[in-house]
Amino acid sequence: MTGDRAPEPGDVAVVACAQTAHRRRTDDLSEVEMLMPVLHEVLESTGLTTADIGFTCSGSSDYLAGRPFSFTMALDGVGAWPPIAESHVEMDGAWALYEAWVKILAGEADTALVYAYGTSSSGSVRDVLTRQLDPYYVAPLWPDAVALAALQAQALLDAGHADEPALAAVAARSRQAALGNPHAQLRGARPQGEYLVRPLRTGDCPPIGDGAVAVVLAAGDRARDLCERPAWIRGMDHRAEAHSLGVRDLTDSPSTRLAAEHAGAFERPVDTAELHAPFTSQEVVLRRALRLDDSVDVNPSGGALAANPVMATGLVRVADAAARVHRGDSRRALAHATSGPCLQQNLVAVLEGDARA
Amino acid sequence: MPKEPVAVVGIGQTRHTAARRDVSLAGLVREAARRALDDAELTWADVDAVVIGKAPDFFEGVMMPELYLADALGAVGKPLLRVHTAGSVGGSTALVAANLVAARVRRTVLTVAFEKQSESNAMWGLSLPVPFQQPLLAGAGGFFAPHVRAYMRRSGAPAAIGSLVAYKDRRNALKNPYAHLHEHDITLEKVQASPMLWDPIRYSETCPSSDGACAMVLTDRAGAARAPRPPAWVHGGAMRSEPTLFAGKDCVSPRAGKDCAADVYRQAGVTDPRRQIDAVEMYVPFSWYEPMWLENLGFAAEGEGWKLTEAGVTELDGDLPVNMSGGVLSTNPIGASGMIRFAEAALQVRGQAGEHQVPGARTALGHAYGGGSQFFSMWLVGTEPPAT
Repeated sequence: MTGDRAPEPGDVAVVACAQTAHRRRTDDLSEVEMLMPVLHEVLESTGLTTADIGFTCSGSSDYLAGRPFSFTMALDGVGAWPPIAESHVEMDGAWALYEAWVKILAGEADTALVYAYGTSSSGSVRDVLTRQLDPYYVAPLWPDAVALAALQAQALLDAGHADEPALAAVAARSRQAALGNPHAQLRGARPQGEYLVRPLRTGDCPPIGDGAVAVVLAAGDRARDLCERPAWIRGMDHRAEAHSLGVRDLTDSPSTRLAAEHAGAFERPVDTAELHAPFTSQEVVLRRALRLDDSVDVNPSGGALAANPVMATGLVRVADAAARVHRGDSRRALAHATSGPCLQQNLVAVLEGDARA
Repeated sequence: MPKEPVAVVGIGQTRHTAARRDVSLAGLVREAARRALDDAELTWADVDAVVIGKAPDFFEGVMMPELYLADALGAVGKPLLRVHTAGSVGGSTALVAANLVAARVRRTVLTVAFEKQSESNAMWGLSLPVPFQQPLLAGAGGFFAPHVRAYMRRSGAPAAIGSLVAYKDRRNALKNPYAHLHEHDITLEKVQASPMLWDPIRYSETCPSSDGACAMVLTDRAGAARAPRPPAWVHGGAMRSEPTLFAGKDCVSPRAGKDCAADVYRQAGVTDPRRQIDAVEMYVPFSWYEPMWLENLGFAAEGEGWKLTEAGVTELDGDLPVNMSGGVLSTNPIGASGMIRFAEAALQVRGQAGEHQVPGARTALGHAYGGGSQFFSMWLVGTEPPAT
């Protein structure tokens, strides 16, 4: 594998993004039908066709689709003919973005199409997610995703890092911000509601919904040709933690902090952060781990509390952060994605506009 | 900046078998990973990132099992990436890991692939009825048998070719202690007398269902210089995909496979694969796929692949040995099968394949495919570092 010219690190950018209007359910659409308009939109905005793209990578889960090899159907929507260089992660689309970014850094492609989709409405997603847990000792007990998040929230309250009004404020701020986001599912104020699993109330939890997202990456001059104001990925890293909740400090997210360090997030302050925090309490954990103060605009899109198409939500954070850079609303933004119970695995990307902007 | 050369310095696999009831999923993957690290004389602390692959999560009933496996794979505090590209996944996983090194994002990467098929029934796990989709019928064999028949009709190959492949691969497996099937009393007559499953594919021409894992340690030039044993160097690697079914698809010799091979050969400077490649480990889950892939990968002209098989060219002591390990026909933990092919290619050029070593192998191709003959991943490895 020699001869190809690789770009310098930091010289790869998000040049286009598109996403669905996330909805409570999409019974009227197959996954391909949900995805296709998004793929068309993101390609049209760059003037590229599938054949122009150097590498394609996607993220999704068979467990949401309820069928093996569900991603093969989505490939029909891409139009993989003539054949394309393509790969898939059984993870949130943010990790597909990471794989594509590495591919470009290796000099094997100068553009990439990355997409992700999820239909959380097909089953009871909080129960489906229990299948992610240790299959011998934990999964047989079916501790659902809300219950585990509540465990984390209670630990946070016990440690004095937040109280219930503070959690409610996160919920209110997120859904207020979502008023400006045409893709969001919950737009505008919602009552905090009853306890779903104490101390989490309905308002502390994400909506259940379906959606898809796609972004285009490009390197160097190609990025400048395709986009007036590219969102340069200055750094990206992801880290895992132990799986067992019993050996983790749930009030902290050391893997987020480590990923942020390696992504260069702490070298200079960011003005915007899109955090993948499906539960209000998790935003508190992430803000602390990332040392974000009140000067940072956190989740101006409304975040996962306003729309949570599982498997796509993390990539939506990158897309929303990149879109702000594209519009000139942000000079330096942080995008974060998470996977697994109680923030087990975390990814951080740092996006910047050109210095001249 | 040119790419960083990538070296395979550690290889480990489990002794593949029908059911590993003695280990958990974590125990299975850790066994292969531990062996790969031992081979490289490295420890968990030397690993910068872990890339894991497997086929559908329904096979074990664990959604995104890499989360649960993070501890067993020493991935706590490290990047952990999970690849899933159907049957080609083991190969794709290795390529994703290689890219991390080539791009200088990581220096030493542990890559692992596994399947523990005894946890469920793979054939029916693949055959869930999906509304508005062409049914897969009874497992993969039901899907692929018509394509084999199309090949026989197109090429005029004699009906016995499939049995020759199976007889060869099962005998090769006798030389490989890690292979699942060790049929010491195998004869060509037994293969030909075995029950017909999906005409023209007989029972003995079909892959088994296995529990197993495979792992490799990939590293950069500096890592290779410290390696205790000769490395295998990656000279080319590529993935290609096309849709499952569409008007005009060549199910016998898919264009994605041809394009993928062409990309790998271009990277490696191979212009005559038949002469320049010493050994091939390809993904042959049903015997007839050996002649079919020989053509698809450019080792024989269209319609001529079966002649290589018939003439014994693909035997272990032939001119172009194919599936020295015994292949997928002797071992098939689906998610790991692609990586086992890639690992066998690397073992050969490292000179560490033991009884199934091809003497003097300097260049070897590892090949995997998946889905409806639509996902392809391949790499070419050699004894010498690539010219930079």
